[in-house]
Amino acid sequence: MSDLAPTDSVAPEARARAEAELMRPMRAGTAAERSGGRGRKLAVYLALVVFAVIYIYPFVVQLSTSLKTNGDAVGRPLGLVPNPVTTEAFRRLAETDFPLWFTNSVVVTVCVTVGRVFFNSLAGYALARLRFRGREAVFTAILAVLAVPGIVLLIPKFLVLNYLGIYNTYPALILPLLVDAAGVFIMKQFFETIPASVEEAARIDGAGTFRIFWSIVLPMARPAVITLTILSFQGSWNELAHFIIAADDPRLYTLTRGVASLTSGGLGSGNQFPITMAAGLLMTIPTALVFVLFQRYFTQGANAGAEKG
Amino acid sequence: MTTTQTSVGSGTGRAPRGGVPGAGRRRGAPQRQSGAGWLFVTPVLVVLGLFLVVPIVMALWVSFTDWSGRGSPFSTGVGFVGTDNYRALLAGPGLSQQDFMISLRNTFYYVIGVVPLQTVGALLLAVIVNQRFLKGRTFFRTAFYFPSVVSSVAISLVFLFLFTGTGAVNRFLGIFGIDGPTWFSDPRGLIHLVGQGLGLWSIDQPPAGLNDTVVAGLPVWQWISGPSVALSAIMLQVVWTTTGTFMLMFIAALQDLPTEVEEAALVDGANRWQRFRNVTVPHLRPTILLVVTLGVIGTWQVFDQMYVMTQGGPAKTTLTPAYLSYQAAFGQQQWGQGAAIAFILFVLIFVLTSLQRFVLRDKDEAARKRAERRQRRQQRAAGSGAAA
Repeated sequence: MSDLAPTDSVAPEARARAEAELMRPMRAGTAAERSGGRGRKLAVYLALVVFAVIYIYPFVVQLSTSLKTNGDAVGRPLGLVPNPVTTEAFRRLAETDFPLWFTNSVVVTVCVTVGRVFFNSLAGYALARLRFRGREAVFTAILAVLAVPGIVLLIPKFLVLNYLGIYNTYPALILPLLVDAAGVFIMKQFFETIPASVEEAARIDGAGTFRIFWSIVLPMARPAVITLTILSFQGSWNELAHFIIAADDPRLYTLTRGVASLTSGGLGSGNQFPITMAAGLLMTIPTALVFVLFQRYFTQGANAGAEKG
Repeated sequence: MTTTQTSVGSGTGRAPRGGVPGAGRRRGAPQRQSGAGWLFVTPVLVVLGLFLVVPIVMALWVSFTDWSGRGSPFSTGVGFVGTDNYRALLAGPGLSQQDFMISLRNTFYYVIGVVPLQTVGALLLAVIVNQRFLKGRTFFRTAFYFPSVVSSVAISLVFLFLFTGTGAVNRFLGIFGIDGPTWFSDPRGLIHLVGQGLGLWSIDQPPAGLNDTVVAGLPVWQWISGPSVALSAIMLQVVWTTTGTFMLMFIAALQDLPTEVEEAALVDGANRWQRFRNVTVPHLRPTILLVVTLGVIGTWQVFDQMYVMTQGGPAKTTLTPAYLSYQAAFGQQQWGQGAAIAFILFVLIFVLTSLQRFVLRDKDEAARKRAERRQRRQQRAAGSGAAA
């Protein structure tokens, strides 16, 4: 999802818009929209239920299959209640390198997320507020970077990592993801909405530029910082393509790379659906947690800001 | 950093641009800001330069060589082959051209399948979720978006399981007496299948006319295959994954639709479909353009699903340029060719999105701008007196 190597079919700026929309309360209905008969309402609810089933069912299958025996999973793929219930798949998974992949993913994700939030904010602030020669040129360059489709950079990035001698190291996994143009863009947009008067007061008091940024402006940009945190987390946690070209040492496999290797004979003969479902489930849980927690945190933060006026 | 020195002393250097009140008016602030400004953007510039600009230049060089992955691509042992890599891919003849054309064919069908489906699907979901009488809209909005934030690897594993020969999808189809295909291992093209269903041809014995005519290294029969059953399953999966994100963009636009306009249409006696067709859709035009553009950019880059689920198979029907480029470089050590594929893909995406922006541009907007320009010209010609 990073603009350096999107693993996903959706561009980062689209994701940012979507993410922002998700946090907005929906507008109340108008007379025109509330009109309509009972039959129409029923049809809408019916369509909604059908779509909800289509969207939620795969996750239910994932959960239930992870608790099945292999025979049960293959024999009764439609059955949603495991019979018998077993945690064998999770036990088998613990015997693989899964714990190592998980640790690697956590290390990479934390580094990338902290780095992106900090460096993108710094650059975004400079581009929004500081006056320096070449600012326009820098911003234009960042916009140009946004237009480069990430997938075409796979081979190029390998070439540089190899040339620098850091192929097959943690820095190779982390450094190229450490900043992203879309994030800089998001932060710049947000900083421009903060009134300049606040900074002026601090500047008169003699505060330095970094101090003003760090203790005054950045705290005010909490909604944007949270959006960026969520996007960076998702981006690095779900990243696959970059990790494929940055290392081939199994000790440096992250979750995506490691779990993907489970399908290609990593588990020995035969399909081991409960194990792959369990792996998928475990790698989805942190995403779901961040998704829910930060969204709640954000909503509270937004309300608190509104009360202060 | 050195450029900042010139503007410090005079003070007049800023004066012509100093229309903005507030920022940087006090003495001392400009040069401090100048230093801080460059300092603040340096990390971003260094990383983007090192892992984006430099790589592109290196890869451009490699795409003109026969580098095999050993040693430095700049060493003297590496042969400069000019445009050979590009020619092998585009003009052939040979396996490289054939594979590349197959990957273009696959992705073409993939794009024209996925983009309309995900756009219309997202709009449909947005309109449904936006029905204001609904209870629990926030829940549904989140449920539809959730697949977009889950790892493509985890989702691929679930779909591999759902779409196995005896999996949940085929069992479900079996309830209605439909004998489902083996999805991810089925290389038969959809258009081939439809043609066979209509009695036009037999897949096992393709019509000689179509099979013998070769265009760009591939028989016409291959070109018109349509997406294979395996590719179609991936398309369904991707539509399922991405629709939620685009739905949110449509909801955002729908929420901004001025209610007065819609109520005016209601008063005028427009029915629901007329209101949607003549009020909502024109309002959504910029969003539709954005969704389609992002869709085209995203779909041409498809890679993860091929890496996890099919590795380009069955019978190369899920091979895409992105995966082929990875395979050529990392698999067969043909780095020049891999890099060349990446650059062709880059140009292709750029041309397609530019073309699309031009075709789908807001014609009213363009006409208005033209009219404004004409008016300004006329005003200039008539002199300042005419304005009053």
